[in-house]
Amino acid sequence: MKNNRRTFIKLAGIAAAGLAVAPKAMASGSAAPVKTNPEAVHAEHWAMVIDTTKLHTEEEIAELAGICHSIHNVPNIEGKKEVKWLWADEYGHTFPEQENPHLSEEVHHRSFPLLCNHCENPPCVRVCPTKATYKRPDGIVAMDYHRCIGCRYCMAGCPYGSRSFNWGEPRLHMDLAKLNPEFPTRMRGVVEKCNFCVERLAVGKMPACVEASHGAIVFGDLSDPDSDVRKVLREKFTIRRKPTAGTEPSVYYII
Amino acid sequence: MKMQNGFAIIAGLIIFIGMITAPFAVGTMTKEYKQPELKMPVGEKECIESKEFMRTEHMQLLNDWRDWALRDGKRVYTNHAGKEFVISLQNTCMKCHNNKADFCDKCHTDAGVSPYCWDCHIQPEGLK
Repeated sequence: MKNNRRTFIKLAGIAAAGLAVAPKAMASGSAAPVKTNPEAVHAEHWAMVIDTTKLHTEEEIAELAGICHSIHNVPNIEGKKEVKWLWADEYGHTFPEQENPHLSEEVHHRSFPLLCNHCENPPCVRVCPTKATYKRPDGIVAMDYHRCIGCRYCMAGCPYGSRSFNWGEPRLHMDLAKLNPEFPTRMRGVVEKCNFCVERLAVGKMPACVEASHGAIVFGDLSDPDSDVRKVLREKFTIRRKPTAGTEPSVYYII
Repeated sequence: MKMQNGFAIIAGLIIFIGMITAPFAVGTMTKEYKQPELKMPVGEKECIESKEFMRTEHMQLLNDWRDWALRDGKRVYTNHAGKEFVISLQNTCMKCHNNKADFCDKCHTDAGVSPYCWDCHIQPEGLK
C-alpha cells in the first residue's frame, strides 16, 4: 500500500475507534470474582419492630444482650468505659421527646431494649472522616473496623448513644476460653456498635436477638408490603426514638 | 604533577570505599540467606490460588476480600480455577492454616512486618 497522508488518516481513524471499544473490553475481563452467598437473606431495607409489651423487664433484655455480646465477643466492662451493642434503659431516656407527666405507671417503669437504630439518615456516617462507618444498600449501618481511626466523631454524631469506644484492650475483659471463634474480637482504639448481625444474615440466619426473643422482636424488609415487619407496623401503634433528630431510625417500638 | 595532601586524600577515599562496601563484603563472607521453611497444613494440598500467587499477592487478596465482604456484602470468592470459597480470614484461611506460629509468623518475622490482623481476628490456636 502506498504510504501517503490519506492512508495514514484512515488508519488513525481505525485506531481512534479502537480506543472507544477498548475500555469496555478490558473492564469485562477484570470483573471482581465475587458474589453473594446463595443462602444469604436479602432485603431492600432491613428493619426491626420491638414489642415492648412482651419484652420489657431488665432480666429479659439482659439475656438477649448476653447472647448478642457473647457471639460478637463484646467485652464485659463496668463503668464509664463499658462497651455495649444491646442494652436496656427507662422510658424517659429512651423517648425523651415523647414523655408526659401523666404517663401510664406501667409504661413509665418498663425497661426498653436499645441498640443501634440503623438510621435511614445516619449522622454517624456523615461525620466519619475515614468512611469506616457506612450505610449499606440494604439500610444496615455497618462498621469497617480496619479503617476506624478512633476519632469518635460518630459517637458525637449519634443521638442515641449507640456507639461505644474501646478505651483499653478489650481482650483483657473477656473469658478467652469462651470466645466465639467464628467472629473477631474487638480491638483497642476503635468504635463499636450493633451491626444488625450482618454476618448472620449473610448465611441466611436471623439476628441473634430476634431468634432469642420468642417473637417479641420482628425483623424483615421494610420495603416489602407483605413482610412481617410491615404487617406488624400496619396493625400496631409504633413509635421511633427522637423523631426531631430527623435520622429516621429503622427500629420501631410497640408501646 | 604533585597532589596537595595526596596521601590523606587517597587514604581517606580508600577508607570511605571500604566502609561503604563493607555490608556487601561481610554479606558474601557470612552464610547465604535462606527463605524460612513453612509448615504446610496437613491434609490440604491446594490453597485458594496458586502458591506463587499467594506468596506475592496474599496481602492484596486479603485487602480485596475485606472490602468485598464488608462493603459489598459479597462473601463468596471464585478463584482462577473456578472453585468457590467463603470469604473469611478466620473461618476459611485459618481453618487450613491452623498453626499461625508455624505458617504466618515465620515469614512475617523474617520480613520484619507485623500485620495487626490478630488484634481482632482470633488465631486458630485460640487466645492465651
